[in-house]
Amino acid sequence: MMRVMLIDDEIPARNRLRHLLGDIADQMPAMVVAEAGDGIAALETIRAGTVDVALVDIRMPGMDGLQLALHLARLPVPPAVIFTTAYDQYAVQAFELSAVDYLLKPVRAERLLAALQKVRPLAPESLSALVPEGRRHLRSTERGRTHLVPVDAVIYLKAEQKYVTARTEKGEYLIEDSLTQLEEEFGPRFFRAHRNCLVALAAVAGYERGGDEPEGDAKWLLRLRGCTERIPVSRRQWPQVKALIST
Amino acid sequence: MAPESESIRQFPGRPRWRADLLRFGVVFLVIETAMLATFGLLSLSGLVLPAVVWVLLASALAAVAALGWVWRQHGETPAMDEARLMALTSRIRPHFLYNSLNAVLGTIRSDPRAAETALEEMAELFRALMHDPRQLVPLSDEIALCRKYLDLERLRLGDRVQVQWSIDQLPPDAMVPPLMLQPLLENAVYHGIEPLQQPEPIGFHMTVSGRMLVIELTNPHESSQMHARGNRMALANIRERLEIFYGLAAYLNAEIKAGHYTVRIVLPLERQTS
Repeated sequence: MMRVMLIDDEIPARNRLRHLLGDIADQMPAMVVAEAGDGIAALETIRAGTVDVALVDIRMPGMDGLQLALHLARLPVPPAVIFTTAYDQYAVQAFELSAVDYLLKPVRAERLLAALQKVRPLAPESLSALVPEGRRHLRSTERGRTHLVPVDAVIYLKAEQKYVTARTEKGEYLIEDSLTQLEEEFGPRFFRAHRNCLVALAAVAGYERGGDEPEGDAKWLLRLRGCTERIPVSRRQWPQVKALIST
Repeated sequence: MAPESESIRQFPGRPRWRADLLRFGVVFLVIETAMLATFGLLSLSGLVLPAVVWVLLASALAAVAALGWVWRQHGETPAMDEARLMALTSRIRPHFLYNSLNAVLGTIRSDPRAAETALEEMAELFRALMHDPRQLVPLSDEIALCRKYLDLERLRLGDRVQVQWSIDQLPPDAMVPPLMLQPLLENAVYHGIEPLQQPEPIGFHMTVSGRMLVIELTNPHESSQMHARGNRMALANIRERLEIFYGLAAYLNAEIKAGHYTVRIVLPLERQTS
């Protein structure tokens, strides 16, 4: 029995898919295990390993289908994803180019059946071709609750022992990704200030001397917009950091 | 079928001459300036008589050129205008069409009556698309069409679609170009309601100011909009049709202020002639 999740902000669109799944039940036994009206709700609802296929609408409020797919792909047991869209010339072109599965609305039973019969997990390279700008949110899970932190709001990311925390104006959030992964994903938007801290370039307000180090070299601290904390820059990183923030 | 002369009469032609005068003036000045620059060089070289002859000739040439240009613009009416209007009004909006069909299909089994009503409303909307694009239509009909369109959108989007109408001050017999309001509303739903998690109502405000009809549509606006291109196309489309109907006497502008997007159309108030 295939476990399906429906994600679409339009209730009739979800009804339609549910009806069609019933119609093709003989050829493809499936059951709808979860539904959500947008990407954020979907991420809050989904439990890793409980969904085989996600039928994901592209245009949704809050978090759209492409962004949701980036998050789904990072789950420990990622579900296969089939996008659904009513009409979007550019999206369809992109789907064809990156060889992802999609269905055009109004969806037909035969097409749905064919898509379900050949489902496969989304290839990471297809995803990065579809959404080159990467995620707009970081996912934080604390005590079973999912919280999505907009990447734009992050001032710095700090690794402490086993965890990475994202600091925003509103507070700190535990993030599941490693600092190296984050550095790779968000490239030039964040830079390394020292071994265990990535700082958002856009948040830098200036720098100041923070007293001298034992060897007699100056120690530099970054002033950041949105928080009173100062972030020290390691001696090794300082020339690069200075070049970055002076331009 | 209305006789040809009658349908052409529907173009309120009066403001055209102003547009023409402006065009003439601009073209004349440009050519004349270019010629006078040459005159300056000639007089510097001391050849006064040829210079005077030259400037007279230049003025005449500039006037002929400008006149010819304006004349050519005029050659486009009304047959060219009709073709342009046809092309501008009959543009099918696939996003709305396919989404609505999908919503109807998703409603048929659970609520056949609602699905029936929706199909009837779609038929009305598409009938409106087939209307003669050159004929002004009663504003009240256009408002009724907007309400049908909104009913359809509510089938898909539910309570997210809210509109605050403020149209009490309108004369009952006002006439407007066809299918101008509904595309605006469709824009507002697409940009101001669909992408927002907590949508606010769309404001639809129409008043009469002097001899002008003022139509204002406001919707909440998120800065991270990716579909600006579609919006500009829709506005350019309406702008072009306003120009064909009213010349310079009507205008459309759009602004973003405090998280809200407002489109304002000002056009001469036409009354139904009975």
